[in-house]
Amino acid sequence: MSDALEVILRLLAVLVAFLVLPLVVGQTEHKVMAHMQGRLGPMYAGGFHGWAQLVADGVKFAQKEDVVPADADRKIFQLAPAVALLPYLLVLIAIPIGPGGLVGQDIDAGLFFVLAVMGVGVLGSLMAGWASANKFSLLGGLRSAAQLMSYELPMLLAAASVAMAAGTLSLPGIVDAYAWWWTPWQLIGAVVFFTAGLAELQRPPFDMPVADSEIIFGAYTEYTGMRFALFLLAEYAGIVVLCGLTTVLFLGGWHGPWSDSLGWLWTLLKTAALAFVVIWLRVTYPRLREDQLQRFAWTVLIPLALTQIALTGVVKVVIS
Amino acid sequence: MNVAAAHPGFLSPTGVEIVFVLVGVATLAAAVVSVTTKQLVHAALWLVVALGGVAVEYLLLTAEFIAWVQVLIYVGSVVVLVLFGLMLTKAPIGRSPDADSGNRIAALAVAVAAAGTLVWVVVDAFRSTWIDVDGAPQGSTKVTGEILFRHWVLPFEALSVLLLAALVGAIVLSRKQSRQQPGER
Repeated sequence: MSDALEVILRLLAVLVAFLVLPLVVGQTEHKVMAHMQGRLGPMYAGGFHGWAQLVADGVKFAQKEDVVPADADRKIFQLAPAVALLPYLLVLIAIPIGPGGLVGQDIDAGLFFVLAVMGVGVLGSLMAGWASANKFSLLGGLRSAAQLMSYELPMLLAAASVAMAAGTLSLPGIVDAYAWWWTPWQLIGAVVFFTAGLAELQRPPFDMPVADSEIIFGAYTEYTGMRFALFLLAEYAGIVVLCGLTTVLFLGGWHGPWSDSLGWLWTLLKTAALAFVVIWLRVTYPRLREDQLQRFAWTVLIPLALTQIALTGVVKVVIS
Repeated sequence: MNVAAAHPGFLSPTGVEIVFVLVGVATLAAAVVSVTTKQLVHAALWLVVALGGVAVEYLLLTAEFIAWVQVLIYVGSVVVLVLFGLMLTKAPIGRSPDADSGNRIAALAVAVAAAGTLVWVVVDAFRSTWIDVDGAPQGSTKVTGEILFRHWVLPFEALSVLLLAALVGAIVLSRKQSRQQPGER
């Protein structure tokens, strides 16, 4: 029975990480944005540095009425937040944070699993956009779909380059095979992967699907209360997953001084640093226009990703 | 290898076999709903359930790699493309009165014939083949890759040429239209 117990414990740990880490990212975003943009609002609640802002947000969301528009397709409208959020929980299971099996579940084709399941999340946005019976929501849903289709390809190509370099699709296997010179070798791939991932999460500067100055809040316009909070949570969970994946694939995961005992700390630190970059980009860059967004994916990211694959192949053949 | 000696029977199904049958029934049901529902977007979403069910069946057959490819390509991309197309054209909330085709009988006949042929071929080919689900995975990435690139290289390359042709065709078609437009103005 100890096997079953171990599986349950691992899944519980993943669930706890899933419930805690996105909130930490959310709180950090409040504070970092407040500092970078001189915002006073998030600095008041609770006294010191506005520590209670997140609690206040949670209470506010829980109090709000859960409205379903009269013309909406009720079932799909209500199901959409779960479809948007759950894939990220599944992905977290496969991300290793330390050596020696410190991972929810070691999946043989882990890289494929992670990318496949992450792509499912956009179905939530599409369902929300269509079922809301609102033209802004529909436009937001359309933009989400178009964005996913153009950015999925460079992301897959960049990930394929890492798989070629490591000779395995297993995420712990990739980290095991890592050496320090991988980071410069796979640098282009890392940038492409991170950028395409940002676009897939619809984070600024790629947040055209939820552009508030044009289409209110895209697919999520009609949502209120807890369902809206779930969509926001999905975005933050997505940041955790993207940063964790970039760490594992390109930055060597748990590798660092004393990695035997402190490996998990290195993974978390690298993930946190990347999450900070995600927030930083949101504060600094203006939003890309829809046509710029598409052109960027097809004329910049895909050629770069193909270059990286060629480079990986050549180096791999030369050193073997 | 003596097949008959280690031959499990049909009368004492294991847990995996029971789950396999249940998921299969759910997948079939979702597929039937997907072609009979009168709400277009619901049809696409039921298709997600059906394709996801097929992925679970692959997993139960220990073909892990194929299962994730199924999710990545079909659930993640093809259905998103279908939904995108539906949203761009006409996808009302509620029933679409013109969603019924006059070819229903013919389509049903073709579907039943195709399903019958496939079931017969698969049953005939794998009648006495059993997968040891407790042993080493037989559908892991390594095994799949080796079989694909040693025994099936030619079909694989032929398929990639086909896809390349389709890609070039799509580009040619889309360029043709954009060249005509300035002339029409």
